[in-house]
Amino acid sequence: MVRRRRRTWSTIALFLTPALLIFGLLVLTPMVVAAYSSFFSWNGFGAPTDFVGLGNFRRLLVDDIFVGDLERTLLLIVLSMVIQLPVALALAMLLNQPLRGRRLYRMVFFAPYVLSEVVTAVLFTMIFSPNQGLANHLTRLVGLGDLGATWLADTDTVMYSLFFVISWKYFGFHTILYLAGRQAIPQELHEAAALDGAGGWNAFRHITLPLLGGTIRISVFLSILGTIQLFDMVWVLTGGGPIRSSETLAVTMFQEGFKRFHVGYASAISMVIFLISLTFGLLYQRFVLRRDLEGAVTTMGDQR
Amino acid sequence: MTSTRISRRSLLGLAGAAAGATLLGACGGGDSGGKSGSTKTIKWWHIANTDPMLSKWAEMAHQFEAAHPGVKFEITPLENEAFKTKLTTNIQAGNPPDIFHTWGGGVLFQQADAGMVKDITADVAAWKDTLIPAALDPYSTGGKTYASPVDTGMVGFWYNKDLFGKAGITTLPATWADYLDAVRKLKAAGVTPIALAGKEKWPGHYYWAYLAMRVGGLDALKQAAANKDFTAPDFVSAGAHLKELVDLQPFQTGFLAAGYSTPDGQAATMGNGKAAMELMGQWAPGVETDSSAGKKGLGDKLGFFPFPAVDGGKGQITDAFGGGGGFAVGKDAPPEAVEFLKFIAQPDNARTEAKTAAVLPVVAAAADAVTDPNLKLVAATLAKSTGFQLYLDQAYAPAVGQQVNDSVAELMAGKTSPDKVAKAITDAAKQG
Repeated sequence: MVRRRRRTWSTIALFLTPALLIFGLLVLTPMVVAAYSSFFSWNGFGAPTDFVGLGNFRRLLVDDIFVGDLERTLLLIVLSMVIQLPVALALAMLLNQPLRGRRLYRMVFFAPYVLSEVVTAVLFTMIFSPNQGLANHLTRLVGLGDLGATWLADTDTVMYSLFFVISWKYFGFHTILYLAGRQAIPQELHEAAALDGAGGWNAFRHITLPLLGGTIRISVFLSILGTIQLFDMVWVLTGGGPIRSSETLAVTMFQEGFKRFHVGYASAISMVIFLISLTFGLLYQRFVLRRDLEGAVTTMGDQR
Repeated sequence: MTSTRISRRSLLGLAGAAAGATLLGACGGGDSGGKSGSTKTIKWWHIANTDPMLSKWAEMAHQFEAAHPGVKFEITPLENEAFKTKLTTNIQAGNPPDIFHTWGGGVLFQQADAGMVKDITADVAAWKDTLIPAALDPYSTGGKTYASPVDTGMVGFWYNKDLFGKAGITTLPATWADYLDAVRKLKAAGVTPIALAGKEKWPGHYYWAYLAMRVGGLDALKQAAANKDFTAPDFVSAGAHLKELVDLQPFQTGFLAAGYSTPDGQAATMGNGKAAMELMGQWAPGVETDSSAGKKGLGDKLGFFPFPAVDGGKGQITDAFGGGGGFAVGKDAPPEAVEFLKFIAQPDNARTEAKTAAVLPVVAAAADAVTDPNLKLVAATLAKSTGFQLYLDQAYAPAVGQQVNDSVAELMAGKTSPDKVAKAITDAAKQG
């Protein structure tokens, strides 16, 4: 028995080694290199030699662009929580109703999610194009004049235009998540509630919403992590502009690393992105997702 | 039965590990394998990703291959910005292509400092005398040359003759005051005076750079770069002059989000006759035609005039601002790569390049091949130039060049003041 187990272990080790090697080489090594170079003032050529300690991180704290990145990330998160996810939830509830062409709607709403971020961004640069764009054409049609001309060209509106595009791309994904969660709720509960005289709102508030809790928590988690790491869409849509007013953490990192060759500084930004994501991920799992991760109802019985 | 199954599994596992190791090994060794064999591969990255030059370069590579048995080209044509990103990644990984496009200046010298490009001073000496004067300047520092130039050019105003006529502008502006007047006239006539690609920033920096040249003179720019100090009154004054222009709101609607060669960008706006002028390099007519509706462009309605002088400024109206392209040789390139640079610098090949109307040749003997009237005009202006300044975002170290672009963009968006521009560039220069 013991020998057999040992053999099993060696098999496991053999199978795991390639994966671990590749993981170590392609995931862990770059992380260690980035962490290391974040302590240097380095232009990326040769080996880093100019050690500056925490200098790069201190510079971040007084860098208007970086602080702006954090504010913009927060703005996008808040907008997502307040607008995008509730709309997705409402749509999911609608799509759960017996309405004609329900399958078609589901497919249409989910379609944007299938497009890559870059394709989406290219599509919307055309839509928002000042002279030939669809957006501007529409505002003219409804008598709003050239309102749409400066969607992406005005520092005051660019973040909202960006949020619109992000929402357009991702609401379908969240809708499908919610819809799946909604369909997992046994029909009996709603029937029982209806018999007890609960109206639509009460049934939603006291049955659907609590039972969708797990799904909502996961969807919020994914949405926030995605926002922190946002890059492709912004890069193609606005390039971080106009005049750096729509840069995100990752875009600033790219600007510093690839345009200005401040590789050490860019590494420091990447470490900050990593730490923010990690801290958020751990805390969220510890305090918010705890119940979901513990999973099965039976273990809850043990605890109570 | 059980034991055989397990051993078979272990075997499979081993095979898997071995396959993985082979794969990883192959990744590392692929490069050296190509060179040690009997065929020498030359990896060539250029930015002529559209015809006519795309196929002309390929033809020349084939001719060279035919004359040098065993040499094989691997050509990667890339779009401008994609090229910069990809090249940076490769160079930082210590793996530069054998021949690659360069604009010279600070970027090239940083690559040279890192030992990523070959010093080809001795090789270029062989055909140096066939080139026009100062052709090597953007690629040389401290007496060493790191690239061979292929084309050159300058930035100036390209204008739509019909729209200028419509606004009643009869003489081309020679001073900044005249120029601002012309902009006012165009606006009064309901014409968008200037097309600008605000999203890409580099087209905007031309304005500030030219104004700094006209106000402070070429030496002031050299001095400022050396001292890492751009706070001199002349630079603030250059910004103030630019602000005079910006305050007239001369640019097309939504210019801050406009690209250069995108369907609704600067070149398309110009090529479709929606704006009266653009400040752009010698390639402007070609890109305008390519991005305009029906690929027609402006044809003979297009004209060119140099950037106007500023009253009381130290710079001449004949000082030119611009740059060209050249090819640098990667550190591990075979000798045939340098040989190829010599090959494309032959007058006949240089003529082929010039005839496509896509480039102004640096080979003096090929000057007769320029037939396009617009390019001839640029060549004539360039030939009479009293001084030359390379694009600031190439001449300076990347961090400084980017700051010039960013700060000027802010000024054009009305979000900063001329003295803050000078200060931000100085800060970036000091920080390195």
